[in-house]
Amino acid sequence: MPTSSSKRRLAAGAALVVAALVTTTACGGGDGDDNSKGSSKGAGYDAAYNKIANASTKKGGTLKMVGKQDLDSADPQRAYYGMSWDFMRFYTRQLVTYAPKAGAGSTELVPDLATDNAKITDGGKTYTYTLRDGVTWEDGSPITSKDVKYGIERIWAKDTITGGPQYLQQNLDPKLEYKGPYKDKAKDKLGLKAIETPDDKTIVFKLPKPNGDFEQFLAMPSGSPVKQDKDTGAKYTQKPFSAGPYKFESYKANKKIVLVRNDKWSKASDPIRAALPDKIDVTISANLEENDKRLMEGDYDVDLNGTGMTQSGRVTAVQDHRDSVDNMRTSFVRYVALIHTAKPFDNVHCRKAVFYATDFAGLQQVRGGKLAGGDIANSTLPVSIKGHSDYDPYGVIERKGKPDAAKAKDELKQCGKPGGFSTKITARNNNPGEVDTAEALQEQLGKVGIKLEVDALDGAETSAITGSPKVVKARGYGMTMSGWGPDFPSGQGFGQPLWDSRFLADTGNYNESQIKDKKIDGLFDKAIAETDPEAAGKIYEELDKRILDQADWMPFIYEKNITWRGPRLTNVYMSDAYNGRYDYASLGVVK
Amino acid sequence: MTAPLHDTTAEAEPTAPVDAAASEGVRKVEGRSLKQIAWNRLKRDKVALGGGIVVVFLVLVAIFAPLIVSLLGHPPNEFHQDKLDPLTNLPTGSLGGVSGDYLFGVEPNKGRDVFSRVVYGARISLLVAFLAAIVAVALGTLFGIIAGYFGGWIDALISRVMDVLLSFPQLLFIISLVSVLPDDLLGLTGSGVRIAVLVLVIGFFGWPYIGRIVRGQTLSLREREYVEAARSLGGGSRHILFRELLPNLVAPIVVYMTLMIPTNILTEAALSFLGAGVRPPTASWGGMLRDALETYEHDPMFMVFPGVTIFITVLAFNLFGDGLRDALDPKGTR
Repeated sequence: MPTSSSKRRLAAGAALVVAALVTTTACGGGDGDDNSKGSSKGAGYDAAYNKIANASTKKGGTLKMVGKQDLDSADPQRAYYGMSWDFMRFYTRQLVTYAPKAGAGSTELVPDLATDNAKITDGGKTYTYTLRDGVTWEDGSPITSKDVKYGIERIWAKDTITGGPQYLQQNLDPKLEYKGPYKDKAKDKLGLKAIETPDDKTIVFKLPKPNGDFEQFLAMPSGSPVKQDKDTGAKYTQKPFSAGPYKFESYKANKKIVLVRNDKWSKASDPIRAALPDKIDVTISANLEENDKRLMEGDYDVDLNGTGMTQSGRVTAVQDHRDSVDNMRTSFVRYVALIHTAKPFDNVHCRKAVFYATDFAGLQQVRGGKLAGGDIANSTLPVSIKGHSDYDPYGVIERKGKPDAAKAKDELKQCGKPGGFSTKITARNNNPGEVDTAEALQEQLGKVGIKLEVDALDGAETSAITGSPKVVKARGYGMTMSGWGPDFPSGQGFGQPLWDSRFLADTGNYNESQIKDKKIDGLFDKAIAETDPEAAGKIYEELDKRILDQADWMPFIYEKNITWRGPRLTNVYMSDAYNGRYDYASLGVVK
Repeated sequence: MTAPLHDTTAEAEPTAPVDAAASEGVRKVEGRSLKQIAWNRLKRDKVALGGGIVVVFLVLVAIFAPLIVSLLGHPPNEFHQDKLDPLTNLPTGSLGGVSGDYLFGVEPNKGRDVFSRVVYGARISLLVAFLAAIVAVALGTLFGIIAGYFGGWIDALISRVMDVLLSFPQLLFIISLVSVLPDDLLGLTGSGVRIAVLVLVIGFFGWPYIGRIVRGQTLSLREREYVEAARSLGGGSRHILFRELLPNLVAPIVVYMTLMIPTNILTEAALSFLGAGVRPPTASWGGMLRDALETYEHDPMFMVFPGVTIFITVLAFNLFGDGLRDALDPKGTR
């Protein structure tokens, strides 16, 4: 009969063995990467930055992509994710699109279905395009100007065509008089008055008010043609009818996308798309860490989402496969909105105190350092957008991101809060590192007496909370931490929802600082009416200075990611137009 | 174990008590109280005693956390990013940055002192576990004793309530509760609210376990002669419940409470791991494990320290509670 104590001793012994095992296996994971499983020979570190890595025109092979998240929609009028827009160039075409060039060159708009960029007349209110010869659908029928108009009209059918950007609608029919093609009384369903199609090759857009970024809206996939008799409404996302070099073979939502060559597409009609691989195979798999591992093992070539590798993946990648890694420069800005309605942030000096007390270098380190986190931000606009400048009123860059406690305390004194104050900051717990960053800021601001309480919000419910000024007030938030990227590369595309008082909304609000500044609104109007991007950029530069001088909104990082460039990939480059992602339409693979 | 092996002869066992009795002389005549008997038994149980010492040590660590940290560590929420590799954001040096200055190394990404956070984490873990156990014991004893003594429809009602609570998915309930509760509650703010919620909820869902045990014990005790005697002498229900029955229930209650604390520690760690525990930056063991998950492949030590601490704590409480049970109730079936 076992005594009680011997039984317990057995339990204790067994427990120790388990503990030892846990420790040893955990250690084993750290240094078991020497047997180079990828044995990759990449094109070199950052080889796809501002140049083409492995330039090639060789066709064939299967491009294998993996993503944590599926496309938000495969329907061109319904997609809003940047990665979806990048991917859609495989099977959609627009009147104009982004140039297939590396880096900043990509933000130039070049003709795609159209023979030329728009002929702009009538003081910037009329845009006229002529369609190219030989552009066809996947059944061989020609793409007409009416198909383009019909596709764009679908944006108006909000009850069926949900999601997707609304810019075209807001600029062509701001009063929403048209009800969408499904409720259209006209026989040909082409009742939208703002677009005219005098013949099959010509399309004319008539804007009530000029907008210098109008061509940008047409370059988004929501400006793609849709063939009326192939439109399946809400089901169109399951199998879009292709106009590009590839067509859908199969699409299982949240699992798999397979695209194969569209033999009706002719290279002669399309100066943009390289169309090198024979097949494109996308796997959706939720385990990011596993995806990173399989990318490094060569099972996949590229990450569809393009959100950068996980911390554990990038450590392995940078240490063992440095030549297959790129440092992706996104157009994302990590920021803290200082909510003007929350006391004491109604006082500009209290806002300035935050700028001086923040240790930008510390926040940069928490987000992953210079390579995986990004560069310290001075301007509110990302580097890729015209209007960005070196303006540095708080000496952030000058001090290499370090805080200036003396100036912070001085500002606090001028604000009437010499001992500091208490407030709350929100951060999203589904964004890697954001809660950590908020904790770092909490620690930094605490040094000058600004006491922060960090409220980690569930990512899914964030927009309902920070997007509602009423909830923000009820919960007593003074700051919100988040990140923002442009819908299209201009000051309007980046900043108007963030800073224009007319975009302040009761729900879905992104003017989180709740800025109500007539001068800022006026500068937006002036810049938007300007059709010359350079001249508009000058106005946005002025706008950026105004926001910084008023300490309205604090940018802290221009985000960068570590991204995997599979060694099989050819013709790879990172495109500013797609937020630093690889230009998918140009990719090829070694067989 | 070695002593009995030496003299396995039949005389060995009986001689030992005789020797002890002879040497103690006077005490031999005095009867020994239950407490003394239990203490003597516990003293002989080295494993339980070891567990008890670890428990006492942990409680002291929790109480004197600020002192310990000021002597051996750095403030638990202070960032030390200079201790990190700028490229990988992992601690420089081996074993997660373990050094004389940073006894358990530093956290990846933030560079906070792991030792200080483990020490401060003990406060949260033990505080929540103890308070929740007290809540559970108070409720469980009260309802258990009432159900057992009165029987009838009262027993039926309380027993059904206990069945319902035992079948309730408490972890899911707490997670949803924490996410809907406001930040400020009853004058408490921030972590205070979370701690109060954790204590109340863990305690509330814990009482049926102890309630059942108390009820069962009461059922058997209420038929004893001394209870009958008290009743026939005119003792009221309250007198019998709290003066006659309760003192005799102390042993199982104490034992069960000691065994409940490690369960509570694990529940608290699980909740913190799932993000329903105390708010950052307050350190908790479960929260540290979650933070460590991101980088465990490259910095396993960050997971090992809080993990092993939880493991040792739970084991110590269990060993001690087990020993206590044996000491208090040697005839108890195991």
